[in-house]
Amino acid sequence: MKRRILFAILLAIVIALMLKYGAASATPVVYDLPPETAAFAPGPNLDTVVNNCTGCHSADYISMQPRGPKFKEDFWRAEVNKMIKVYGAPIAEADIARIVDYLVSRF
Amino acid sequence: MFDRREWLKRAGLAALAGGFGASRAFALDTITLPFDNGKRTLVKYPQKRPLIGLTSRPPQLETPFSIFNDGPITPNNAFFVRYHLADVPLNIDPDRFTLEIKGKVDRPLQLSLKDIRKLPAVELVAVNQCSGNSRGFFDPRVAGGQLGNGAMGNARWHGVPLKTVLDMAGVQGSARQVVLNGMDRPVMDTTPDFVKALDIDHARDGEVMLAYGMNGEDLPVLNGFPLRLVVPGYYGTYWVKHRNEITVIDGTFDGFWMKTAYRIPDTPCGCVEPGTSPKATIPINRLTVRSFITSVTNDEKIKARKTTKLKGIAFDSGKGLKEVALSLDNGRSWTSVKLGKDLGKYSFREWTLPVQLVPGIYDLRVRATNNAGDTQPIEPRWNPAGYLRNVVETVRITAA
Repeated sequence: MKRRILFAILLAIVIALMLKYGAASATPVVYDLPPETAAFAPGPNLDTVVNNCTGCHSADYISMQPRGPKFKEDFWRAEVNKMIKVYGAPIAEADIARIVDYLVSRF
Repeated sequence: MFDRREWLKRAGLAALAGGFGASRAFALDTITLPFDNGKRTLVKYPQKRPLIGLTSRPPQLETPFSIFNDGPITPNNAFFVRYHLADVPLNIDPDRFTLEIKGKVDRPLQLSLKDIRKLPAVELVAVNQCSGNSRGFFDPRVAGGQLGNGAMGNARWHGVPLKTVLDMAGVQGSARQVVLNGMDRPVMDTTPDFVKALDIDHARDGEVMLAYGMNGEDLPVLNGFPLRLVVPGYYGTYWVKHRNEITVIDGTFDGFWMKTAYRIPDTPCGCVEPGTSPKATIPINRLTVRSFITSVTNDEKIKARKTTKLKGIAFDSGKGLKEVALSLDNGRSWTSVKLGKDLGKYSFREWTLPVQLVPGIYDLRVRATNNAGDTQPIEPRWNPAGYLRNVVETVRITAA
């Protein structure tokens, strides 16, 4: 029993040292991001929104934005246009109004 | 082969979840930041303790504010995460990683991580704070990451001065700036890659660092493993992660993330009349002076007529803190607090003040002033991007 405890302590020390200095014998580091949990709520033109917006970012990037009367149609149209002009999103002209409709109705 | 990160991750998840598979995402709890639409989920990522989930793609995590009461150093597993673009490097081979130094240099270099680790190392404690930290408190509200006060952290960084590798490469006389790129990439080619620039003199000041160590360990993957830039006193936007490319140029870099994004009004306060647009802008640069109360939170009750040790943190961009003062009466009178151990001019500095309060409601306010005379405004300043927030913070408590 004593020996087992001693072994456990030694193992803990070895692991602690490996954690601190492990990088010297590094192998490729593979990092698993947890799957996304955020999703869009049902609403008009949802498929257009999903197809155009979620290639580059998750739904929570939209849902966390400020709400209220100042954050309606003008705000969302400006955001969609920013995604096209600034971030190069390939959104078809006809889809802009559909996306804005959804965003205004949901948020 | 033993992969310590894989092990860390599984151990962390197993300890937390007790048998859930490593790939299973689960929301632990929610937390509500004190502004409208501030409800957030606490999420568990590999190498991280449960943090406030801002966005899942790209990954953005905020540090729960209570952690800042635990000490002046922010643990690696609690350190905030901010990416701009969703193609995040998730498979990194430290043995094959190289840092390339090119452009206006006499000897273009390709350094392996081993090469870099062999160079004389330096250590520095410094605050990394997101430009948009506290954006959610802006009034009127502005678009962007709706952060509370937790997109900041203070760590002991270990690495090589950027000057060392620039000198090895031999910067040419015509050099004006260094352009800094990392392995994270946009999802689409049409999106501007996240690339930043520093003036050559700043890059060679001996303090700007290529860090591979953080609080005595390797950098966590989401904090820039295996190498990131540390730009003491400057906002996190310059602290490029997964650093693999430095280009010395003889002009001024005009990429999107310098020329268009991360700009502040070109006014002495970096602010404009709320709701208006600035006439001219400059790239965001040094941290503003800030201080926080960490030991009590809004609406907390403390015992009256007993000594309560109030505690918090303060920091600035490296000029050094001259004074941190606390007001028990909503700013009418101020008392100097005792500053804790000095970990360096770029670090969080803890402060304490023992108080005995008669029963009542108290608006505690804390205000730091640095050696350059910069201090915190009583009324919040405003700019359209939601940067630089440093208003005097208020915590309302009841003594009973």
